Amino acid sequence: MEGFTLVKQGAEARLFIGDYLGKRAIAKERFEKKYRVRALDTQLTKERIKAECRAIVKCKAAGILTPTLYLADMKRKIIFMEYLEHSMTAKDFVESTGLSDITKDFSIKLGNILARLHSNNIVHGDLTSSNILLVNKNNISAFEVLENFNIALIDFGLASTDASTEDKGVDLYVLERALLSTHEAAEFMFLHILEGYKAYYASIKKMHNYKEVFLKYEDVRARGRKRTMIG
Amino acid sequence: MVIAIGFEGSANKIGIGLVQDGKVLSNCRRTYITPPGEGFLPKETAQHHRKVVLTVLKEALEQSGIEIKDIDVVCYTKGPGMGAPLSTVAIVARTVAQLWNKPLLGVNHCIGHIEMGRLITGAKNPTVLYVSGGNTQVIAYARKRYRIFGETIDIAVGNCLDRFARVLKLSNDPSPGYNIEQAAKKGQKYLSLPYCVKGMDVSFSGILSYMEQHTEKLLKEGYTPEDLCYSLQETIFAMLVETTERALAHCGSNEVLIVGGVGCNERLQEMMGTMCKERDAKLFATDERFCIDNGVMIAHAGWEMFKSGTRMRWEDTFITQRFRTDEVETTWRDD
Repeated sequence: MEGFTLVKQGAEARLFIGDYLGKRAIAKERFEKKYRVRALDTQLTKERIKAECRAIVKCKAAGILTPTLYLADMKRKIIFMEYLEHSMTAKDFVESTGLSDITKDFSIKLGNILARLHSNNIVHGDLTSSNILLVNKNNISAFEVLENFNIALIDFGLASTDASTEDKGVDLYVLERALLSTHEAAEFMFLHILEGYKAYYASIKKMHNYKEVFLKYEDVRARGRKRTMIG
Repeated sequence: MVIAIGFEGSANKIGIGLVQDGKVLSNCRRTYITPPGEGFLPKETAQHHRKVVLTVLKEALEQSGIEIKDIDVVCYTKGPGMGAPLSTVAIVARTVAQLWNKPLLGVNHCIGHIEMGRLITGAKNPTVLYVSGGNTQVIAYARKRYRIFGETIDIAVGNCLDRFARVLKLSNDPSPGYNIEQAAKKGQKYLSLPYCVKGMDVSFSGILSYMEQHTEKLLKEGYTPEDLCYSLQETIFAMLVETTERALAHCGSNEVLIVGGVGCNERLQEMMGTMCKERDAKLFATDERFCIDNGVMIAHAGWEMFKSGTRMRWEDTFITQRFRTDEVETTWRDD
């Protein structure tokens, strides 16, 4: 890829930054994973590129901020998308803010967005604080005031756009677990994420849907705790 | 100088071992092997352990060349595991602790695997894949605990393999997983199977049901049992490597340690090694002596606890079938 430089090797893909038709862009290359058999690799890579594109398009329609999709090149297994300038990961953000009012407000706002996602039958499939970005609205890299940044979701490779209630419950559980293992403020955060999640469903007058998802979430959670662990 | 003796019997292995400041003095073990097509049940497993525990204890003491008076602490598996075998072994540990007048420490089985793996391989702060008959977890250390980043949301990977071995009526000697591994080496045709990864979590129950329902038909269609073993291994190991890689990227770590019974599968080690090479990380793995449940790992983890000042009141030395890895405060780690 001419004019693109490698910036990061994530778990899913290599990320490059460069220019795409005059715009600063990310190129996400799902290179061949040599550890798995070729047939499986090809199948998974195809599925994930499709899942990611579909979810991004559906998120746009639902009013959820994600990088804009520029091009999906199935042959080279590369997605070109918008580079979100002046952003930081929720992981770094929460590590610096800890147990504070801004973490609380951020969590509520995040819960809102996740409920919006789920109410549109989209699940992310890999929610961690590394896959949530804070993007400054005024083109400066400052994140002290909640009103000054938007929350964007990235990395939709495991997403589904016709999600069941169970999928949504699992989505919340996966996020809870990822937070618990990463952040000291996890419990505090998740409490407020659920608060924001519930508030959104209340605002669109679909509390019955919220209750269904929440019950599933508790179900999945109990499965984890009650599982016997022998050997 | 601290000498610890460890008793392990949370599943179908019973192991007793002694360790002195990171040096393994003895490591003795017996396995309860069931006929093909059958798994091990709590009652019979406990009976097996009761029958051999004193022989194994004698053997471990003799091989170590240590006199009882020189032992500093008695350690046993507090959980997780099967209730009946756990209590059988705990009773012996409690008895000798009283007979010998030594302090007694209950050890988390998973922590035993991790600390033993770190000791044997020299890995410093690895992302750990813990895979066995009852556990499937991706673990990393942070803030005084081994945190669980990913795990199975239903059955363990080893359980999935064991139960598939029963479908094919493979021998349980030396272990069903070993026999699947050998059969898989001769497999040629890859069959696409359900692949289920949710973030850093995995699920195996869907793929097992699929195998249970379709095996007969697939065998008639010309797939050999070897092809099925191969396809199953390739699929579920790819899931494990993928989630481990995700945790690795999330934590920014560059060491991977594989522990637990399934961890001695060489194909899994090979796949993990390839993944590590692709991202400049280092793989650490051990062989069957230390991967598979053993007494030394309990002794060594107990030794770490004892040295860092952990003591248990007598009434706390019970057993528990459910005991999560992240419940234990790692008093022996300061990083």
